[in-house]
Amino acid sequence: MAFEKYDFTPLTQAIHKALIENVSPLLTTIIEWTIIGVLFLLFIAIFGLLLVYVERKVCAAFQQRLGPMRVGPWGLLQTIADFVKLLMKELITPKSVDKFLYNLAPFIVIIVPFLTISVIPFAPGLQALDFDIGIFFVTAVSSVGVIGVLLAGWASNNKYSLIGGMRSGAQIVSYELSVGMSLITMVILAGTMQISEIVELQRGGWFLFKGHIPAVLAFFVFVVAGTAETNRGPFDLAEAESELTAGFHTEYSGIKFAFFFLAEYINLFIVSAMATIVFLGGWMPFHFGDWAAFNNVMDFIPGLVWFFIKVFGIIFLIMWFKWTFPRLRIDQILTLEWKYLLPINLFNILLMATMVLLGWHW
Amino acid sequence: MAEIKIITTDEIKTDEYLVNMGPQHPSTHGVLRLLVKLEGEIVHNVEPHVGYIHSGIEKMTEALSYPQIIHLTDRMDYLSAHMNNEAVCLCIENALQVEVPERVKYIRTIFDELQRLASHQLWWCASGMDLGALTAFFYGLRDREDILDIFEETCGARLTLNYSVPGGVMFDIHPNFQSKVKAFIKKFRKTLPEYDKLLTGNIIFQNRTKGVGVLSKEDAIAFGVTGPTGRASGFSCDVRKHHPYSAYPYIKFDEKLGTDGDSFMRWKLRMDEMWESLNIIEQLIDNIPEGDIAVKMKGVIKLPEGEFYQRVETGRGEFGVYIVSDGKKNPYRVKFRSPGFSNLFTINHIAKNWKIADLVAIMATFDLVIPDIDR
Amino acid sequence: MKSTINYIAEIFRAIWSLLTGMKVTAKYFFTPWNNVTQQYPENRDTLVMFDRFRGEVIMPHNENNEHKCTGCGICEINCPNGSIEIISKSIVNEEGKKKRIIDQHIYHLAMCTFCNLCVKTCPSEAIVMGQKFEHAYWNRTSMTKVLNQPGSKIMEGIKE
Repeated sequence: MAFEKYDFTPLTQAIHKALIENVSPLLTTIIEWTIIGVLFLLFIAIFGLLLVYVERKVCAAFQQRLGPMRVGPWGLLQTIADFVKLLMKELITPKSVDKFLYNLAPFIVIIVPFLTISVIPFAPGLQALDFDIGIFFVTAVSSVGVIGVLLAGWASNNKYSLIGGMRSGAQIVSYELSVGMSLITMVILAGTMQISEIVELQRGGWFLFKGHIPAVLAFFVFVVAGTAETNRGPFDLAEAESELTAGFHTEYSGIKFAFFFLAEYINLFIVSAMATIVFLGGWMPFHFGDWAAFNNVMDFIPGLVWFFIKVFGIIFLIMWFKWTFPRLRIDQILTLEWKYLLPINLFNILLMATMVLLGWHW
Repeated sequence: MAEIKIITTDEIKTDEYLVNMGPQHPSTHGVLRLLVKLEGEIVHNVEPHVGYIHSGIEKMTEALSYPQIIHLTDRMDYLSAHMNNEAVCLCIENALQVEVPERVKYIRTIFDELQRLASHQLWWCASGMDLGALTAFFYGLRDREDILDIFEETCGARLTLNYSVPGGVMFDIHPNFQSKVKAFIKKFRKTLPEYDKLLTGNIIFQNRTKGVGVLSKEDAIAFGVTGPTGRASGFSCDVRKHHPYSAYPYIKFDEKLGTDGDSFMRWKLRMDEMWESLNIIEQLIDNIPEGDIAVKMKGVIKLPEGEFYQRVETGRGEFGVYIVSDGKKNPYRVKFRSPGFSNLFTINHIAKNWKIADLVAIMATFDLVIPDIDR
Repeated sequence: MKSTINYIAEIFRAIWSLLTGMKVTAKYFFTPWNNVTQQYPENRDTLVMFDRFRGEVIMPHNENNEHKCTGCGICEINCPNGSIEIISKSIVNEEGKKKRIIDQHIYHLAMCTFCNLCVKTCPSEAIVMGQKFEHAYWNRTSMTKVLNQPGSKIMEGIKE
């Protein structure tokens, strides 16, 4: 097919071959790790800043404003300026905090996106780790982040931070369940947990269209639970600005605050990327039935572009939620999870399993 | 085998803890301090501490002449600046037995209602923000800008109007005034349903406010709660209806009354009041009679000896001016009855046993303006 | 059974109410030409304040450097904040009579609350409200202004 020419496999293979022929296998591994690490570091820094800019522009547009306009053309350099400011700020450690945990928390929070991003296929052949338990790895690793939030809330020795941390703990532990279950629904349909294979299976049609009603339901649940998992928008209880000032990161300043800030946006990217991979076919182009001409045109758009178009679509949806809805109360958030999303999910898994057994899907 | 000691939940001791909400806190809209006693997230006691923005206006007035007092009342309840101005003016006019021209009455009433709309718009957007809907904040401010422009064109100020003077108003209305007000009403009648779509009908919003912080009618009367907050509890306390002043006797309008007294009712009542304000302005705007904009007053106004009281309905409730005069050009003592003060002190009564997020929702629907409380 | 139907109906009602809200914000998102932001320092040339805007107290002078202020001090008495100070001097006019005229009309912008009482009570309409609103200064002394220009005289025919 036409889009195969955008495959990154030859490139990565060529690099690997060149390395292994010239240096020892151990050194090859180390160099490859370093390259991947640096690339991810750059990606997270740049994409995080870009997302902050996009968020500010999107929210401005929702609110009939212009957003940042002063620094650089259309304010493009605004977030870079903010980041430089944060880098240069003093790292304040309040007097009676638990120093070790207080300093540890931001690093735990920022490590999670680094781990999860490694399994995301950006384009054909552009995936750092391809486990056979990819989905399982994502759900397992993404729940580590809550430990950082809890530690930050506890170690800050601030009542607002503590309330924020505890709220976040209750919330993420609950919604972890929904995210996992909606992914399980799709794993049943796919029959594999390997992410590259899940994408490959959607060559003939995205799972959102392939899986009938259960897939749509699972997608809906995943977006809601994913929004809750990233502590955003109507579920931003942990930092509920009007109640807890800034929640768990009230006492942090400078680069440590920037870590929390960046992690939030990268987590947003990861949730959107997972939704894209599992429901919207990853880097697969959009095909419509038998329209050969249309499908051929779609094939000419590279997989990398397709992936980011879909990711930004989901990110926009989640931002739209945030800038429209009021915040829920803590007990209502838990009610939503345990009384609505969880029963729907359980029912959905049953439905999907029946469907797959009877072979009703396309 | 080691013995395992089982700890029951009764043995785990929990403590209440105190949290200071304010003086610097995003949801107190100013320098109000609430000392909140919490157990987990549950509010056990709220103790309001006021006085952080006390500016001594009542004492300052004792050194000022009567026309000079008026500009200070702008700074108390800055969202109801014109109503406060009018209250002082009416009090002075009543003391001197001056009858103001009809034109002044109409202009003052239109300004009252425009100010009430502006106040309610700011309340709407600020409570939206308190509940986490940040976009609402910008929509409210956007619409409020139109009213402030109308004010600015006629009297030169946007917030601290100082438009009423004893015996009349400071300027005649601007030639564009009527057309601009009509254009605003037409526009706002279209945007007001959007307010409902964005928040009032929203399921998250309804869950946050319905049944939260119920203030019964008896309590409302006992605490002296007035304004939309009191009316939401079913306490008929509209000064415009019961003690009409300015042009209110000439017009038809309903006093909206609520039944439940919860946060949602308070919200709904203010939304209804916005519609009612639009109706009132529409009745008046085309019928402003010709005439003088002020009666000629003496250069130095001296009130006869005695005590004078005048009340008006501001955006938040009943605002009273009590002047004790000893016949000099300065008042002997002035007391302002501010609605926010009485309304605030019900908060411990109704926020008890609700969550801390509900306390924010209750405060949002009470529409507190802190300089109004502290004066 | 009935409770199940209610449960499902509740979910759909909730989603519908959320969608109505999202429609409102989407409407404004996709009509960016309705944005209300004014870019302030850039629009300085087109930014015109209303005639009655109360920016500061000024004393208009005509082309012969003449103003209307008689130095009567009524504005000083009427100012609630003491932001006006009148310094007068006596001169001997052509007829040999002693006469008090204004030396300096001092206006403390930092103390002014723009209540318009001085302008309203001025008997000779010598002071008016200006439309300038950019009152940021590096130094507090720049906020004390002398309203009558140096060497200015009182206009002919102003009653004292």
